Amino acid sequence: MNVSLILLILLLGALATFLSGDKFASKVALFFSLVALGCSSVLVNHFLGGVDINVNNPWILQPHVSFALKADGLSLAMVLLTVSLTPLIILTGFGNHFEKSKNFYALVLFMAFAMTGTFLAADGLLYYIFWELALIPIYFIALIWGNGDADERKKAVVKFFIYTLGGSLFMLIAFAYLYINAGSFLLEDLYKLNLTATEQTWIFFAFFLAYAIKIPIIPFHTWQAKVYQKAPTIGTMLLSGIMLKMGLYSVIRWQLPIAPLAAKMYMPTLIGLSIAGVIYGSIVALRQKDLKKLLAYSSLAHVGLIAAGCYTLTADGLSGAVSQMIAHGFVIVGLFFAAEVIFRRFGTYKIEDLGGIRPQASKFTSMFMILVLASVALPGTFNFVGEFTVLYSLSQVNIWFAIFGGTTIILGAYYMLKMFQNVMLGETNTKVFADVTINETIVFVILIAFLLFYGLYPKPIVDLVNPSITEILKTINR
Amino acid sequence: MDNSLVLLLLLTPFVGFLFNVFLGKKAGKGISGALGTLAVVVSFAMSVYFFMQLNASGKPIAIKLLDWIQIGNLKVDFGILLDQLSLLWLLFVTGIGSLIHLYSISYMHDDENMHKFFAYLNLFVFFMITLVVGSNLLVMFIGWEGVGLCSYLLIGFWHKNQEYNDAAKKAFIMNRIGDLGFLIGIFILASLFSTLNFVEMKQALSAGNTNTALYSIAALCLFIGATGKSAQLPLYTWLPDAMAGPTPVSALIHAATMVTAGIFMITRMNFLFDVTPEVQNIIAIVGAITALVAASIGLFQNDIKKVLAYSTVSQLGLMFLALGLGAYNVAVFHVITHAFFKACLFLGSGSVIHALHGEQDMRKMGGLRKAMPITFATMLISTLAIAGIFPFAGFWSKDEILMVAFEHNKGLWIMGSIASIMTAFYMFRLMYLTFFRDFRGTEEQKHHLHESPSLITWPLIILAALATFGGLINLPGSNWLNHFLEPILARKHEEHALGSQEYMLMGIALTGAIIGIGWAYSKYIKEGFVPKQDSEIVGFSKTIYHKYYVDEFYMSLILKPLNALSNFFRTTLEPALGNIVYGLGTVANGLGNQGKKVQTGSIGLYLFAFVIGVLALVSYLFLGQ
Repeated sequence: MNVSLILLILLLGALATFLSGDKFASKVALFFSLVALGCSSVLVNHFLGGVDINVNNPWILQPHVSFALKADGLSLAMVLLTVSLTPLIILTGFGNHFEKSKNFYALVLFMAFAMTGTFLAADGLLYYIFWELALIPIYFIALIWGNGDADERKKAVVKFFIYTLGGSLFMLIAFAYLYINAGSFLLEDLYKLNLTATEQTWIFFAFFLAYAIKIPIIPFHTWQAKVYQKAPTIGTMLLSGIMLKMGLYSVIRWQLPIAPLAAKMYMPTLIGLSIAGVIYGSIVALRQKDLKKLLAYSSLAHVGLIAAGCYTLTADGLSGAVSQMIAHGFVIVGLFFAAEVIFRRFGTYKIEDLGGIRPQASKFTSMFMILVLASVALPGTFNFVGEFTVLYSLSQVNIWFAIFGGTTIILGAYYMLKMFQNVMLGETNTKVFADVTINETIVFVILIAFLLFYGLYPKPIVDLVNPSITEILKTINR
Repeated sequence: MDNSLVLLLLLTPFVGFLFNVFLGKKAGKGISGALGTLAVVVSFAMSVYFFMQLNASGKPIAIKLLDWIQIGNLKVDFGILLDQLSLLWLLFVTGIGSLIHLYSISYMHDDENMHKFFAYLNLFVFFMITLVVGSNLLVMFIGWEGVGLCSYLLIGFWHKNQEYNDAAKKAFIMNRIGDLGFLIGIFILASLFSTLNFVEMKQALSAGNTNTALYSIAALCLFIGATGKSAQLPLYTWLPDAMAGPTPVSALIHAATMVTAGIFMITRMNFLFDVTPEVQNIIAIVGAITALVAASIGLFQNDIKKVLAYSTVSQLGLMFLALGLGAYNVAVFHVITHAFFKACLFLGSGSVIHALHGEQDMRKMGGLRKAMPITFATMLISTLAIAGIFPFAGFWSKDEILMVAFEHNKGLWIMGSIASIMTAFYMFRLMYLTFFRDFRGTEEQKHHLHESPSLITWPLIILAALATFGGLINLPGSNWLNHFLEPILARKHEEHALGSQEYMLMGIALTGAIIGIGWAYSKYIKEGFVPKQDSEIVGFSKTIYHKYYVDEFYMSLILKPLNALSNFFRTTLEPALGNIVYGLGTVANGLGNQGKKVQTGSIGLYLFAFVIGVLALVSYLFLGQ
């Protein structure tokens, strides 16, 4: 038994969903995503028990490409994030009606497959293929099932597609260069390369373009808000909950250890840029008029802090960044789902048309509130653990990084509470708002339970991830 | 045994919270309120038990519940420390908390969301206990943020009113400014000591290896945190607005307990502040200025709760003055007496507001002492206490602060004394306008005037008794409190021998208070002056009436530019950035056309072929092993 089983299940699931009728598609997809989750849990247990669950088969002989999957704590944590969020995201769709839902849910599972592959791949070209594969389903999901004016949507989505594709082309060139030097795409061979500082700088920034667009880091973020707004909420959740973590994960897995000299040289600049994103995203979020766009900018601010943690090149920074990736994944999915729940009832994301929901829906209000609080990293939530660790690591590099990065706890509270006030509070809305359904409640409760449990007991996640962080740091400091 | 009792102490209010959230509405108002109150009473009983135990044994109880966060060699656990300081705080938090819960059963009875009110109140007590009993700075920080959350929820309890929601939001955000300072302080201390445990930090610090510059920065950061929570300059402006919450909330959170958290934290960290005299100076000066500024604003307020709010800010300022002078025990003494009389005053004002169906403007009150004798008597006692009249509780504690100030710095002493005279004035102004001369409200209100029910008056009576006799815990000569606190203070406190200078200072303070009272008497009783309508206020008093325009200043200096910047980013910079980055190169265009072509194809087929291909590939590899 090895990790390729997860990929197989997801892919089979995509196929089965596509072959099932529109009527059952969502249930079939949910079933397969749950099987993938179960399988992943078993595999993680095997891994913790010391069983080798890696894969390494030759695939293409010329050029030499391997089907190599590496399962360490870091990649497994990201896989778990993917396969935990996927069933929840599918479950949120139970309250929607999608045309041709078999295509839709097949794409969702296919995307989960590609993202899982990205997290597991230990061969540069295989990784690149998964990376690009993940883009295709979300392109269609956003384009076909998105909302708002079709032309405008198409513009935004095509822009996003070109943008990310363009960015990753540079990464492909970098891989080609690495292959010429190493004679292999294998991660371990690339780790062993002894490149000059100049070579590393070129490689580093080629990777950076791909990742900075995906994450996104300012000023490469301009595709984000519109796509988040126009995509169907399930697409937005996949993008913000999981896909952007591909970029952050890749920084830790590929960019830093392959080009450590460049990483060290540009460390302050990169942290500075990431933190600038924190402040910029927070300020832009303040005056957003569209709920989904506001959440998009809040996400921009949060991932900026995560990126800053990655670029500290310290164990604390990397560990905190991974915790924060997971926490952010759960909370942002919850927040976008809250937006969706509102949209289902009022048919709008425009903040000025909302308000006065609290008197009508106390359950929804409470759950939305808890998610808002997790998003502003209240102690007791997992987000606090991540944010605290990252900020602490920044303070160890330079106290000013922590102070400027820490403005997120003020600005974050400002735009989130302002949003909550305008969306939820005030005189009872004249339109009727039915409180959450059972299905909706289940999703919220699971997300919240996860955030609170690991907020109080983060040890399992941290213990899973930290050994692999130590390994990667050894490579970085080789 | 003790461990489970500690958990009982900590968790009962949390259970009360859960009960009220999930079952409170079904259970009905009576049970909701009763169980909510009982939960806090249990915590109080446990606090008394542990207090007695500590008194007998002198040994603090330290318990580690669970590992929490580990970052490198910094280990933080959920640890509990029940020592002199935490037990003292627990006693008055849960004690006054119980009384205020009791009071709320009656006060909130007509509110449709009474069970939510009790849920939030219970949750507050839980977080306040967490704040107090935490054995390290990070557990304290959980409580610190938690009480901030409850404060937010309770200020905005009547959430249909957006002004109240604004006040709630303001409180949370201003507190977070302080919290950033607190966090940075925690980071510095964590990297200096590799621990955040109070006992361990104290040991590490006394072991030497002094990096005074970093200690000072850390201490300053912690103090910034304290200015947020305890409403000191420049972060005090949220507290008066917080009066939007129901009055029991103002009494419990915004007078007696939560706002003293900053003083608690600094006292907890006294070993750090002792070695950073320059930060202590800043604390003393900030405290004295806050006491003076807030008292001067209190002179002109017409909303009965606003007067009390500024009074609270001012009294907290006096406590910080004492902290800055290293007299932690004196500050704690004033925290306790202040909790008694200020809780009583707020609850009394609530009783008045209740009787007048929500009226808070003192210009529309007057003559209430006949209709509400118990409310009047208890508030009068508390007013005498806060004004510093012998022998009420406030006299002793405030007097000690002024004495310490006199010893250190005459300027600070003068500032504190002026603030005290103003306190006596505005408090008696409040009493005269509310309870004396003729009633100025409507005929209908006059017809309905009544004393509040016993669930409201009994807490008032108990608190008034405490405001009378509370000074006994630290009378000059016996100094029980000073001795009790000795083990947790790094530096020994020198006792005051009562000499002629001390008697003289007492005399001056008392004379000052009487001058303040006389001044108020001549203006509001003899002349029968009633404050003018808002529009008629001119000159410097207008400036003070509008709180020196500090809110407007913050608004135009910080909020407006920030929002303008946000608008600029949103409408101008974002599209421009998008165009610049997107417009780089013509490659984009070419690819764009490709994208368009894809869209016209049959997606289903396209996708199907794709999936089959990849599936075949992966299965081959998987099965090929």
